[in-house]
Amino acid sequence: MDIETLYEHAPCGFLSTTSDGTIVRVNQTLCDRTGYTADDLVGKRRFADLLTGGGRIYHETHYAPMLELEGRVREIALDIVAADGRRLPALVNSVLERGHGGRTAMVHTAIFDATERRLYEQELLRSKQRAEESEAHAQLLSRTLQRTLIPPAAPDVPGLDVAAAYRPAGSGNEIGGDFYDIFEIAEDDWIVAVGDVCGKGIDAAVITGAARYAIRGAAVREPAPSAVLSTLNQVLLHHDSDRFCTVALVRMRRGPNGWVASIALAGHPAPILCRPDGPPRAVGRLGIVAGINADARFHEVDVALRPGEELVVFTDGVTEGRRGREFFGEARLIATLGRGAPSAQGLVDRTLSTVMDFQYEVPRDDIVVVVLRAPERVSP
Amino acid sequence: MQVVQRHNVRVSGPPHGQPIVFAHGFGCDQNMWRYVAHRFEDRFRVVLFDHIGAGASDLDSYDDRHASLAGYSQDVLSICRDLDLREIVFVGHSVSAMVGVLAAIAEPERFDKLVLVGPSARYIDDDGYTGGFSEADIDEMLDSLESNYLGWSSSMAPAIMGNPDRPELGEELTTSFCRTDPAIARQFAEVTFRSDNRSDLARVSTPTLVLQCSSDAIAPQEVGRFVADAIDNADFVLLDATGHCPNLSAPDATYDAIAAFVDA
Repeated sequence: MDIETLYEHAPCGFLSTTSDGTIVRVNQTLCDRTGYTADDLVGKRRFADLLTGGGRIYHETHYAPMLELEGRVREIALDIVAADGRRLPALVNSVLERGHGGRTAMVHTAIFDATERRLYEQELLRSKQRAEESEAHAQLLSRTLQRTLIPPAAPDVPGLDVAAAYRPAGSGNEIGGDFYDIFEIAEDDWIVAVGDVCGKGIDAAVITGAARYAIRGAAVREPAPSAVLSTLNQVLLHHDSDRFCTVALVRMRRGPNGWVASIALAGHPAPILCRPDGPPRAVGRLGIVAGINADARFHEVDVALRPGEELVVFTDGVTEGRRGREFFGEARLIATLGRGAPSAQGLVDRTLSTVMDFQYEVPRDDIVVVVLRAPERVSP
Repeated sequence: MQVVQRHNVRVSGPPHGQPIVFAHGFGCDQNMWRYVAHRFEDRFRVVLFDHIGAGASDLDSYDDRHASLAGYSQDVLSICRDLDLREIVFVGHSVSAMVGVLAAIAEPERFDKLVLVGPSARYIDDDGYTGGFSEADIDEMLDSLESNYLGWSSSMAPAIMGNPDRPELGEELTTSFCRTDPAIARQFAEVTFRSDNRSDLARVSTPTLVLQCSSDAIAPQEVGRFVADAIDNADFVLLDATGHCPNLSAPDATYDAIAAFVDA
């Protein structure tokens, strides 16, 4: 077999052009595929003329510069337009032949039929697009679900200034484990629960839901915070999962002498009491995490919340906020809270922004902050 | 991150020379100026950079501002401010011609001259205006981009080939040139080919040179003429060159034309 036959009938199309793209030679395979004769093409058309409009843009903006600078181009997907207008999906390789002085003399191009491959690639692209849509949908679902795990807004508690903030970890696309709830069990008698379920994602969401309802149900039957935590402990122990959670449970009651907070803790950071006459301090007795030990006991500590004082309940996303190896820590929190604030919302906003700034706005863990403030002048 | 790192800015030439800033177009990176820019180093302070999303720029800096050419012109002005460049000669290829136009309108006092290489104020045909492309062409090109970036994100190492005839082509170049995040490439293509800057041209007060290739499939002659006619103080030079990248295919003629304009 001679070289000429091999060139003309090679299993791919060949064409050669001058430096300005004018076709100077084509093989028979390419003519057969496109329906052109060599006479139609040689000296009359440029390679780019055989491409679609979009392909020509790609040729000018990518193909030609790459060829010039790299000396060759490989595996570029382009459609060749046949004599009858049909589009022939192709994979195109070119090499550049340089003449004297390094200037482009000729460009040699091989054109491979890629019809089957292109169909497969289109299928791949569609799968990728479907996966991206599915991802977006999953994110929407988890944000929506997340919203059901916390109250839409802190409720209006007569005679008490209440504000709360929730900030999910990272970009906020994953369901976190932090939650809070504020509800009334009798007139001037409220329960505030702030908790943190271990883990993230859908399992954490299931436990968060179960914990919230266990707390609500238990508080109506036996409102002592230690009793509510005991019930929660039993519910989690019998729940079909090995998850556990930490909770700070605060019962707020208003009597003739003002508000009294009863605080019980299940493995949760102690709330901080801010009083004008001294530095803020943690209040509560640490109890064991709920959902681990059937014999766990929980204890209450009562403190009066006098006009102008605040009780700050939070999750460890605040104190364990990290910048490199450094933690935000309780000392920074106390310093932040110690500067006082005109309202519960003001104190929540400042605490959240200080913690967020510390972590360069990308929290590694969920953050919940609830502030309960007894106003200076108690409304009747 | 500093502006200089974000844009992979390269500065050469005499520090107190008049600055000449070269901006690359859609598709590739600052290496488009490889055969031309260095020839100005004997008398100009030569500044090269990559647009965000191209070459060795910081992809994380790609954001909402890049949804319009005005955002790219803001980037150019940030570079100019950061390097404290004044009396700038701005040389913009392809879509960067309009980026330069917008920058010169925003801060005319900063610019001495504009060189627009293969400019187009609008790529898509409109009533009484020939841009050279239909909407369908642009859609097709976007598809073509997608199929050519199939393996990008799976760290496909582009083949690094020996190139004994042109040793100036370094290995790092072949890894970045014409390759970027496909999502960014697609958006930059949309911004480029769907923009319409015809009404901006009359607001250019900077002396301008339009460099037009005799046979350019992206920006045909009438498109370049339109730009030169619409700018008050614009010269038009026709290069005997085929294709959209005379900076690669006809570097001598490109250099001569720019030099004649900026050295005058």
